[in-house]
Amino acid sequence: MSFFHQRCRDVSALILSAEDRRLSLRERLALRLHLAMCDACTRFASQARLMHNAMPRWRRYRESDPQDRPPP
Amino acid sequence: MADIAAQLEVLRPQLIRFARGQLRNDAWAEDAVSETLLAALEKPQSFAGASQLKTWLVGILKHKVIDQIRRHAREATVLVNDDGDDVADELFAENGHWRSAPADWGDPESSFAQRQFFEVLEACIEQLPPAQGRVFMMREWLELETGDICKELSITPTNLWVLLHRARMKLRECLQIRWFSNAAGP
Repeated sequence: MSFFHQRCRDVSALILSAEDRRLSLRERLALRLHLAMCDACTRFASQARLMHNAMPRWRRYRESDPQDRPPP
Repeated sequence: MADIAAQLEVLRPQLIRFARGQLRNDAWAEDAVSETLLAALEKPQSFAGASQLKTWLVGILKHKVIDQIRRHAREATVLVNDDGDDVADELFAENGHWRSAPADWGDPESSFAQRQFFEVLEACIEQLPPAQGRVFMMREWLELETGDICKELSITPTNLWVLLHRARMKLRECLQIRWFSNAAGP
């Protein structure tokens, strides 16, 4: 895969990888370059950020009072 | 002490659900919860100091769940190889472009402000295939480092990243369908 022409499929994978490992300098640069040109992947990146930010809140939601929860 | 027993009884079904969500196995979940309740009953003095009973129990439960994962690591890992499920093939064309561009999910806070959003999120996580769900929960609920997950399950980092990637992709898809495209959504 060419450095300047990353496929959206690979870019979306990089975006999600950042949740679980530190991206290399090269990967971060390739990601930035692609996002600068691609609206679809930029939107995917905001979706990934929303999911990222939802996680700590989800953990708190799980541990909140049982009375607030509907029966399973 | 009778009071503690009554409160534990009330919380037990929920603890079972949490353990099952992580372990994806009813018998292991039951064991993890029994061990948790036993530990709680053996240390009523530390219970007396806990302002939030449920938070305290969930803290113990997480340790007991990790014990179960450790005990059943081999059986749990068998699943890893069976988990071929990948939504990326449906999302991207042959040339690697999006078949249809991801939607705008709007202001995150308007979703986070609704309890229903987290109900949907929880349901989506529960629907993940077993191996994907298990590693996802280890990462996001137990908050384990990837290196520790690999060690506990005896899988390679590549193996783990593939599973986590598929889980996150699936979760995104599920949220799109069940929350962001839904009238109940943000």
